[in-house]
Amino acid sequence: MSTDALALPRTERPARPLVDTLHEWVTTVDHKRLGILYLGYALVFLVIGGIEAGIMRVQLIRAHNDFVSPQVFNRMFTMHGTTMIFFVVMPLVFGFANYLIPLMIGARDMAFPRLNAFSFWLTAFGGLLLYFSLVGANGLYGAGNAPDVGWFAYAPLTSRTFSVGHSTDFWTLSLLVSGFGSIGTAVNILTTILCMRCPGMSLAKMPLLAWLNLVMSGMVILAISPLTAAQLMLLVDRYLGGHFFDTQAGGSAVIWMHFFWVFGHPEVYVLVIPGFAFASEIIPVFSRKAIFGYPVMVAATICIGFIGMSVWAHHMFTVGMDSNANTFFVLSTMAIAVPTGIKIFNWLATMWGGKIEFKTPMLFCVGFLFQFLIAGLTGIMLGSAPFDWQLGNSYFVVAHFHYVIVGAILFTIFGAFYYWFPKMSGKMYIETLGKLHFWLFLIGFHLTFDFMHIPGLLGMPRRIYTYEPGRGWDIWNLIVTIGVFFQALGTVVFVVNLSWSYFKGKIAGSDPWDAWTLEWSTPSPPPAYNFASIPEVKSRRPLWDLKHPDDPDWKYE
Amino acid sequence: MNGTSIALNDQELNFSRPARGRVGMFVLIVAEAAIFTIFVVAYLFYVGKSLTGPVPKDVLSAPIFYTICLLSSSLTIHLAAKAVRRGSVRSFGILWFATIALGAAFLYGTAKEWHRLIYRDGLTISTNLFGTTYYSLVGLHGFHVVVGLVSLSIVMALTVLGNVGSEHAERVDVLSLYWHFVDVVWIIVFTVVYVIGR
Amino acid sequence: MQMRGTKHSNRLAALRICAVVLLSVARAAATEPAVPAMSPTNIFAPVSTPAKSIFGLSVFVLAVTAAIFVVVFALLVYTVVKFRKKATDDGREPPQVYGSNQVEIAWTVIPVLIVVSLFMATARVIASVQKAVPDSNAIQVVAIGHQFWWEYRYPGLNVVTANELHVPVSDPEHPTPTFIKLLSADTDHSFWVPRLAGKTDLIPNHPNSMWIDPQETGLYLGQCAQYCGTQHAKMLLRVYVQSHENFDRWIQQQEQTAFVTDAVAEGRRVFETTACINCHAVSGTVANGRFGPDLSHLMSRDTIAAGAAPNTPENLRLWIQKPEAIKPGSLMPAMELTDRELDALTAYLETLR
Repeated sequence: MSTDALALPRTERPARPLVDTLHEWVTTVDHKRLGILYLGYALVFLVIGGIEAGIMRVQLIRAHNDFVSPQVFNRMFTMHGTTMIFFVVMPLVFGFANYLIPLMIGARDMAFPRLNAFSFWLTAFGGLLLYFSLVGANGLYGAGNAPDVGWFAYAPLTSRTFSVGHSTDFWTLSLLVSGFGSIGTAVNILTTILCMRCPGMSLAKMPLLAWLNLVMSGMVILAISPLTAAQLMLLVDRYLGGHFFDTQAGGSAVIWMHFFWVFGHPEVYVLVIPGFAFASEIIPVFSRKAIFGYPVMVAATICIGFIGMSVWAHHMFTVGMDSNANTFFVLSTMAIAVPTGIKIFNWLATMWGGKIEFKTPMLFCVGFLFQFLIAGLTGIMLGSAPFDWQLGNSYFVVAHFHYVIVGAILFTIFGAFYYWFPKMSGKMYIETLGKLHFWLFLIGFHLTFDFMHIPGLLGMPRRIYTYEPGRGWDIWNLIVTIGVFFQALGTVVFVVNLSWSYFKGKIAGSDPWDAWTLEWSTPSPPPAYNFASIPEVKSRRPLWDLKHPDDPDWKYE
Repeated sequence: MNGTSIALNDQELNFSRPARGRVGMFVLIVAEAAIFTIFVVAYLFYVGKSLTGPVPKDVLSAPIFYTICLLSSSLTIHLAAKAVRRGSVRSFGILWFATIALGAAFLYGTAKEWHRLIYRDGLTISTNLFGTTYYSLVGLHGFHVVVGLVSLSIVMALTVLGNVGSEHAERVDVLSLYWHFVDVVWIIVFTVVYVIGR
Repeated sequence: MQMRGTKHSNRLAALRICAVVLLSVARAAATEPAVPAMSPTNIFAPVSTPAKSIFGLSVFVLAVTAAIFVVVFALLVYTVVKFRKKATDDGREPPQVYGSNQVEIAWTVIPVLIVVSLFMATARVIASVQKAVPDSNAIQVVAIGHQFWWEYRYPGLNVVTANELHVPVSDPEHPTPTFIKLLSADTDHSFWVPRLAGKTDLIPNHPNSMWIDPQETGLYLGQCAQYCGTQHAKMLLRVYVQSHENFDRWIQQQEQTAFVTDAVAEGRRVFETTACINCHAVSGTVANGRFGPDLSHLMSRDTIAAGAAPNTPENLRLWIQKPEAIKPGSLMPAMELTDRELDALTAYLETLR
C-alpha cells in the first residue's frame, strides 16, 4: 500500500506469489482489509440470496405453478431470509464500520485487531455452516436438507417432533456462531469509539457515522444476546430433552416468539441505523452543506435505540395477547415514528438551500429518502394493531419490510459503495454505469415492492408456495416477479462497474468528492497505519476548517 | 487534497480516553448480562407450571456455604488486584490461588447438589419445566465459572513461572471485572432459584 | 421550474401512477361489499363487525398517512428540484446552516400530535374487538388447527366436522354472533377470513378466541396465515354463512349418526379393516380416530383436503390412492389398496352424506 506519488506502474512491480497474497489476507488484522473481506463476503451471499428470491418469484408467477415443490420453496424462504439478514446486510454493516470508523476518528486501527479478525472468521464460518446444510442434513419429514422452518423458526415447528433430521440445527448453530462474531465486533466498535478518538474529537465532535455505529453496536449487544439465549434453549430442547418450548409439557410456544422478537426488532434497527449513517455523510457532501441539526440527529438516534427495544411484540399482535399488552405495543411502535420522522426532516433541511449534485451516491440517498418515507408510513399502518390483524403475516408485511431493507438499507449501502470505493481502491468508478445501475434498480424495486402491497390487501398470506386462482392475486404476482429481473440486471451492472474500475479506473486521489471528514485526508487507498501522525481536530468537519481557514466550523458549532 | 498535514506531533498530545481493556470487558459483561436475563425470565415464567415431577420446594436447599465461598472469592481477587498493582507479587500469588480454590469449592458444591438431585430426587434437565430451567440457568452460570477458573489458572501458572508483575495490573483488573460479574450473577440466580422460585 | 432532466418528472409520474393504482384498488373494493370486484378475500370488503371496525380504523389511518405522504413527498420533490446545482454555478459553497431549534420543535410536536390521535383511534378499536363477550344468542365453535386441516366442534350442539365451517347470518338488530375458540393439536396456525375478521393465531397450549357476526349470507374464503409446515399453503378456509333455517337444517344433518347402507358393505369393510380408522372417525362405527378429519358427513362438504380439491369421486379416489398428487407433503399416507378396493372404498365414502 503506497501513496499515489510513489506508486509503481503494475508492470514494474515484482509479481508476488498468489500464496503469499492469500496468506496475508487470511491472517490480516488490519481493519481496512477485514472491512473489505466482510464486504466481499456479503456481496457473494447477496447474489446467492437473490437467486433464492428469484426461485420463489418464478414459482409464484402464476397460481398453481409447479416450478419447485413445496419442500424446496419452504427451504428457499427460510434460507433467503436468514442469508440476507445475517450473511449479507450484517456483514455489509460491519464491513463499512470496520473500514471507516478508525479512519474517521483519527485512529490507526480498531481497539482489538485480533478480536476483529476472529469475529470476521466466526461470521464467515457461520454462513458456510448454514449452507453446508444443503449436503449435510435432513429436513422436515426427512425429505430435505436446508432448514425450512422460516427465518424466525417458531416453536413448536422447530421441535424434534416436527423438524426431523438436522436442518433446524444447522440454522441454530450457524446463527449461534455468527452471533458470537457479531457480539465481538460490537464490543470492538464500542471500545474503539469510546477509547480511541483523536485529540480534540470529543463525542460531540465526531462524525455522525461514528455516533450511529455506537448506537447500533449497543443494540447488537442487547439484541443478539437474547437470540443466543433462545437458541441455546432450543438446543437444550432438541438434544437434552428439555421443555423450554415443549407445549406438551406445559411449555410455551409464545415465549419463543417473545425471545425471538426481543432480538428481531432491535435487529432491524441494527440494520437500518448504519444506512442512516451513510445518508448522514453523503447527503451533506453532495448538498455542499453541513448536516442540519447534528445534536438532534444524535438525540433522535439514541431515542430510536431505546424505544426500539420496547416495541417487539408488534410482531405478535395476532397471537392473542390481552388488549392492554396490544395497546402498549401500539403506543411504543407509533412513538418511534417521531424520532425517525425527525431524521427525515433533518436530511431534507440539509439539502434545502444547498447546491445538490446528483452523482451516484447522492442518487441512491435521494431514493432512500423517498422510499424510507413510504416504508415508515406502511409501518405506521402495521403498528395499528387491529389493522395489523388483517395485514399481519400477509404480503403487505413482506412488502413493508423489503421496502425498508431494500429500498432504504440497500440503497444507502449502494450509495456507500460508490462514495467510498475511490477511497478503498484508489480508483474512480464509471459514473454513467453508476447511474444506469440506479435507474435499473429503481424501476425493478418499485415494480416488485410497490405492487407487492396489493396481494396483501387482498388476503394473500406469506410463506405459501402456491395460491388459488380466483383470489385476484395473479396479475400482481406477475408484475412483482418481472421487477426482479430489473434488479438483477442493475446488480450485474454494479458488480461489473466496480470490478472493471478497480483495475482500469481513473486515479481518484485522496479527496475526489471535496469532502470534510478525516478519511479524506489520507491517500487512497490509505496506508496500513492510516495517518502519518495522529490528527487533532477542532470541529465536526476538520477538512472544512482546513479548506476554509477564514470561516471554520468551530466558530459556529 | 493530498496528504494534508493537520497533525500534531505525538508528544504534544495531552488528552485522555478511558482504558480499552476495561471498556471492552464492560461491554462484554453487558452482553452476557442480557443472555442471563433471558434465562432468568424463562425460569420465572415457568415457576409453578411443571405438569409433573419434583417441584423446587421438595428438592432444593439453599447452598449457603458454597455461596459464601464464591462471594468471598470476589474479596480475595479484589485484594489480589491491589497487591499486584503495588508490586507485591507474592501476596498476589497467594490471594489469586485462594480465589481459584474458593471458585473450585463452589463448583464442587454445585456438582454435589446436582448429583443428589439426579440420583436421589430424580430431577434431570428433561424431567419437567423446573428441571429444564433449573439446570440451564445454574449450568450456564457454572459454565461461566469454569471459563473464569480456566483464565485464572493460566494467570496462576504464569505467576508461578515468574512472568507476572505490577505492569500487568491493568489486565488483572480486567479479568477481575469478569470474576465480579460472575459473582453478581450468582447473587441473582441464587435469589431467583432458592428464594423467589421456591 | 425548468425540467431540464426528465428523470424527476419520470420518477414523479411513476410514483403518481402507483398511488393512483393503490387508491383506486381500495376505492373499487370498498364500494362493492356483496360481490367484490377485486377479490373474495379483500380486506376492504367487510361483512362482519370485527372486519368492519378494522375497515373504519384503516380508512382513518390511510387518510392520515396519505396526508403525511403528500406533504413530505411534495417537500422532497421541491427540494431536489429547486436546490440542484445550476450549470451557471459560481463554485462557492452555499451558506452553511447548522440547525434551528424552532424548526426542530415544530417537526417534533406535530408528529407527536399525529401519533397521539392515531393511538387513541387504535386503542378504541382494540377494546371493542377484544372485549366482546358472548351472550346467550351466540353460537360457540371450537376450532382446532392441525397440520394441514381444520377441525370444528360445536360443543353445545354435539357436532364434529372438518374444514368447512357453517355459521348463521347475524341481523344487526338482533345479533347472533359466532364465538370461535382457537386451539391447536400440533404447531402454530392462524385463522384468517379477511371479510369476516382480522386473523387470530391457533397456538398449542395457548387457547385464543375470536368472534364474527357476518351480516350477509354467502361463502367466505380464507386460509391459514401462520407457517405451519410443508402444506401451509393449502390449509384453506371456507366459511358458509347461512340463513337461520338453513343453518339449523345443516346442524340437524350433522348431528345424525352416519348413514348406513348394505349396498356399500364391501367398501365399509375395507375402511374398517385398513388403517383408515387409526386417523378417521365415522359416527356409529368402530372408526374413532382423531388424527384426521371426521368423515361422518364427508359428502356434505364441497371440497376435500382442506379445500385443496373439489369433492368429486375422482378426486376422492385419487386422494386416497396418491395424496401427493393433490397435496404433496400432507400427512395423509398413500393407502396401498388394489383398484377394486379403492373403487369400493370410494363408493362407501360417497354414501356418507
